Amino acid sequence: MKIIVLMKQVANKDAILRINKAATWIEEADLTYEVNESDGYALEEALRLKEKLGGEVIVCSMGPTRVKSVIKDALARGADRAIHVVGDELAHIGPFAAATILAEAIKGEQSDLVLTGLQSDDYGFAQTGVILAELLGMPHATIVIEVDASGEQLRVKRELENGWYQWYTMPRPALLTIQSGISQIRYATLKGIMAAKKKEIREVTPASAAPNGGSHQRVTKIYFPEKTKQTQFLGNGDAKAGAVQLAEKLRSEARII
Amino acid sequence: MSAVAEEQKIVTGGSFLIEESTPKDVFTPEDFTEEHHMIADTTRQFIDAEVRPRIPELEKHDWNLARELVRKGAELGLIGANVPEEYGGLGLDQTSSAIIAEMIGRTASFATTFGAQGGIGLLPILYFGTEEAKKKYLPKISSGEMIAAYALTEAGSGSDALAAKATARLSADGTHYILNGEKMWITNGGFADVFVVFAKVDGDKFSGFIVERQEGLTNGAEEHKMGIKGSSTTALVLSDVKTPVENLLGEVGKGAKIAFNILNIGRFKLGAMCNGGMKLALHDSVRYANERHQFGKPISSFGAIKAKLAEMAIKTWVGEAMVYRTIGMIETATRDTSDPQAKLRAIEEYAAECSIVKVALSEYCNFVVDEMVQIYGGYGYSADYPAEKAYRDARINRIFEGTSEINRMLVPGMLMKRAMSGKLALLPAAQKLMDEVLSPSMLSLDEDEGVLANEMRLAQNAKKVALMVLGTAAQKYMMELSDQQEILMGAADIITDAYAMESAILRAQKLHATKGEQAATRYLDIVQVFSNDAVERIEANAKNTLAAMSEGDELRTQLAALRRFTKNTPMNTVAARQRIADVMIKSNKYTY
Repeated sequence: MKIIVLMKQVANKDAILRINKAATWIEEADLTYEVNESDGYALEEALRLKEKLGGEVIVCSMGPTRVKSVIKDALARGADRAIHVVGDELAHIGPFAAATILAEAIKGEQSDLVLTGLQSDDYGFAQTGVILAELLGMPHATIVIEVDASGEQLRVKRELENGWYQWYTMPRPALLTIQSGISQIRYATLKGIMAAKKKEIREVTPASAAPNGGSHQRVTKIYFPEKTKQTQFLGNGDAKAGAVQLAEKLRSEARII
Repeated sequence: MSAVAEEQKIVTGGSFLIEESTPKDVFTPEDFTEEHHMIADTTRQFIDAEVRPRIPELEKHDWNLARELVRKGAELGLIGANVPEEYGGLGLDQTSSAIIAEMIGRTASFATTFGAQGGIGLLPILYFGTEEAKKKYLPKISSGEMIAAYALTEAGSGSDALAAKATARLSADGTHYILNGEKMWITNGGFADVFVVFAKVDGDKFSGFIVERQEGLTNGAEEHKMGIKGSSTTALVLSDVKTPVENLLGEVGKGAKIAFNILNIGRFKLGAMCNGGMKLALHDSVRYANERHQFGKPISSFGAIKAKLAEMAIKTWVGEAMVYRTIGMIETATRDTSDPQAKLRAIEEYAAECSIVKVALSEYCNFVVDEMVQIYGGYGYSADYPAEKAYRDARINRIFEGTSEINRMLVPGMLMKRAMSGKLALLPAAQKLMDEVLSPSMLSLDEDEGVLANEMRLAQNAKKVALMVLGTAAQKYMMELSDQQEILMGAADIITDAYAMESAILRAQKLHATKGEQAATRYLDIVQVFSNDAVERIEANAKNTLAAMSEGDELRTQLAALRRFTKNTPMNTVAARQRIADVMIKSNKYTY
């Protein structure tokens, strides 16, 4: 079984975030990075499937040179080889553009499964995987928490809302977006770290699809939530009417009852 | 894997005192390879996720858990990193094992358990074991299947290790040794399976043995310690304990060589562990100072707290420069050989540097945790907050692996020994300096130019001060110098400050050269403040020691020279410390 895992590098969770001068993104000077959390679980799931069923795990990441550390880490944990889609601007493109470029980079691999985290911890669109599935002509399932790839058909368990789950059967090849926290992620062993040095990292430069060419959206401004205080008087002196209005507001506006 | 550049030359042990080095001659944390960083990440993740949350259980002496954690760490390769592949290890470089030690230093109790397992319990077998012993024990210790311990100290012989009373005698059929005696303060004593034991053959030949747990080998109750309560420390009683002759380490009567060489390695690793502990303590302190509000402001906004945070960062960063510079020297000297004896000789070459690192880092670490308690205030005194434990845990570092006092005396002691045997041209350098001191003035009036040129001048002068003290002491006491403990300790402090200054300066200069002016600025502050203060300490130490040895005109001449060597225009350390602290306060962590 050939599995491709898409992994994104995002700002470290502990980092103190500041907005950049243009107010279009966070200030990246002095920032440290880590792997997107759910992508880590996607890799772990891929490695477990490989251990059960054999095959190959290929990790693919996109962005400037710094994303190599995500790739190296994945190789040290057990991925067999990697594809690095290189480009400084690729860290800041919309999901459609990202999916377009990724599709180009991995379609030649003819993989049986494409796994990725359910969403990125920075932009949080949760769309790249889904759009990519469409571009690759594959079925997809999102928020997957369990994968059974032993049979002819793929069986996956999805997380629904309110404690409900759904088992889903689908043909292969397919793309799955994996939920965080579904397993215990393995460590990179020292042996793995040394072995990673010898593993192949194929660098790919996106061809014609310039990042902005495929972008259907862009961030115009980001800002920290503004704290405002507003006082409303309810009921106009009538306590009973005020209570009714308060209950209504708590339900429909504050959504806490 | 080696990060040490090929052109890095092998330096003579102790030669830092009489020679100048350039930034490219030293290894720094900025020279770590990508793999080194990954090893650091893996170790930190393991320690933070698996070990630190379980310290309370270890403190209740759950040694099955300790065993399990050692095994888990071993699976990652943390124990066998340094062990050659043919004995079940990974054959990685010394830098990797120091990085592992640093990260494991984030949990003092486990660091102690681990240090006995992968360090002093394992290394004597690796370096001195017979081929059979290596094949038998190293794979099992590397995998965590067997827990190892090191038994040198006895109730009556601590610093004076060779006065041990434990005995070993060859059995009548010549197949095994029979050991008797009692050992004290044995780390992992409560659950170890295999012990490196030192005992005297025929009552006087101090020798090392590998001894397995068996009937006749019993451990005492767990000691009630001030800190590192999550590690096992017991006495050990050997009563007609047998071990086959192939478990003899090295040769009969050559145990001292084993004991002391292993301690050299233990010392630089202990330095690395202290550094890891300091970084964590500082990290917690910065966060706490940012969270804790008094008078309507975070306490990190007050100068009194900033000064503490800054000094903690200075000691942490300078200490780190010393640790990795030393490891770099050892790495360079050992990289071309796989012969354990040759490796060991190379490490022995830097015995003085290892002692310097041990003393400096353990004391810097104690300073850092003390200030941590102070920053936490009342909460620092409460066992519900991390400062209290960090404070208790750190204290042992000034005692084990050779006390601060023994190591201080070893520093000038070993340098003089190397000088006497012609390995280090210390005496000609001291003579030259004496001539220089007697000449009217040798100060050039040129302004210092270049990055940290003023500090480098101070560091080079600090070495001259050290030579002046050492030279005077050698002349005055000659063969009795080793009895002059106060003088030796004073000299050791001067030498240590000189090594610290130079290591930090070279590290910052290298950073400046590779990463540019802007990236290096914050480190320049650290080096300048440290050098400024070090010069004051050096001057005070030199005055004390010189006044104890000389008098009259001779003393006046020496003090005049001392004034010239320590001439320094004080800098604005208040502002510099604020800048150093502000960088951490802003990013809410230790950022250096």
